[in-house]
Amino acid sequence: MDSLFPVTLTLNGVTATHEVSQRTTLADFLRQTVGLTATHIGCEHGVCGACTVFVDGRIARACLMFAIQAEGRDIRTLEGFAGDRRMEVLQRHFHERNALQCGFCTSGMLATAHQLLEGSPDPSREEVRESLSGNFCRCTGYHAIVDATLDAAAELNAAAVATGGEAAC
Amino acid sequence: MKAAPFDYVRVSSLDELGELAAAYGDDAQVIAGGQSLVPAMAMRMARPKLLLDLCDLPGLADIRLTPEGLEIGAMVRYFELAASPLVAAHAPLVSAAVPLIAHEAIRSRGTLGGNLAHADPASEMPAVMLALGAVITIAGSNGARRIPAAEFFIGTYETALRPGEIITAITLPAAPVGRRGAIDEVVRRSGDYAAVGAAFAIDLEGETVAGARLAFFAVCERAVLAEKAAAALCGQRLGHVDPAPVLDALAEEITPVADLHNRAETKRHLMKVLAGRLLQRLLSGEKSTHG
Repeated sequence: MDSLFPVTLTLNGVTATHEVSQRTTLADFLRQTVGLTATHIGCEHGVCGACTVFVDGRIARACLMFAIQAEGRDIRTLEGFAGDRRMEVLQRHFHERNALQCGFCTSGMLATAHQLLEGSPDPSREEVRESLSGNFCRCTGYHAIVDATLDAAAELNAAAVATGGEAAC
Repeated sequence: MKAAPFDYVRVSSLDELGELAAAYGDDAQVIAGGQSLVPAMAMRMARPKLLLDLCDLPGLADIRLTPEGLEIGAMVRYFELAASPLVAAHAPLVSAAVPLIAHEAIRSRGTLGGNLAHADPASEMPAVMLALGAVITIAGSNGARRIPAAEFFIGTYETALRPGEIITAITLPAAPVGRRGAIDEVVRRSGDYAAVGAAFAIDLEGETVAGARLAFFAVCERAVLAEKAAAALCGQRLGHVDPAPVLDALAEEITPVADLHNRAETKRHLMKVLAGRLLQRLLSGEKSTHG
């Protein structure tokens, strides 16, 4: 049995200390230590994108970080986006477009699409494809995911225009 | 796919790093962004007993202009390189290279210094450093030294770093006014390891090629400069470039080595195709493609 060490981090806005072994990845920590299971674990070596979470405000692979490296960091998982307008719109369009079948890749897809739309509110289809190229889906063939992301961008932009938001400039 | 047990220390000084590295020998491993090391540990291809994390070492995350050129701290992450106006203005080839590296989530964590110290032969940045004539600052508890990128990369995952030493900064000398640069790679899927890649920096005086640094990656055991090919390009004129002697020299001086997916013969062919494309892009006409 590995020795346990304390790690203090901010997780979905709450700062807390947990006990982890040094070799526990951030992904295993989130699912097994904390019980946040929206973060999925696929390949465990950084290729598939299923475990994508936000580290200090940017998407990162939770399987390519040890939890102990998250000491002092700000971690946000899909659970932390409850009530987030952009995420809510993305999720609804993923549903409407059938952008998932088994759902294993969906958390990572949503996290990646969320960051894309934050920095690039009106992306081209090619930009969306490039952005999501690091996330594997073995069900949909990707087109529905790209469609859903573009639809979400269009809805968010329309709302921004209607309310005189900055996206209108 | 779980890493073997290890101890973990966030080092706070080069002296502490040196002491621990000496105590653990080959069992100590420095971790920067961890985007190559952690998968290697997951697959048990790397089994360090001690990880020395550089994330708390001060002064490694700055990008600034110095009299010697643009200085990039070793712990600057790829997304920071891509977003930096200083890098875009003074080393646009670096900015152009970042989107070719893996995917956005990897670029959030991966660092320039970690990439160079890892010395993956299929990686973009070692070739970019060769093309730009980078000088790499290395430091340990015995002091610092600066060596040209061309002397830093020795072989696959093999560099001039000694135990207890780390890269602290990378300096890119100021480019001449007529510098044009470009990077491209042949890759089956965006973000994958390249089958063949090239990064060129070509210096024009008027309309004549006065200097060229033609770097290739994913062709052999390390990133390499094609010096004979560069010599064959020098003296040629913008808009009238004859690629044949350049490509002939290239095939003569670089002997590609097969990887898991591509035979040496395939790489030899692709290397020439890619070099021809970059020459066309950089030197076919008037338009400056400083990138």
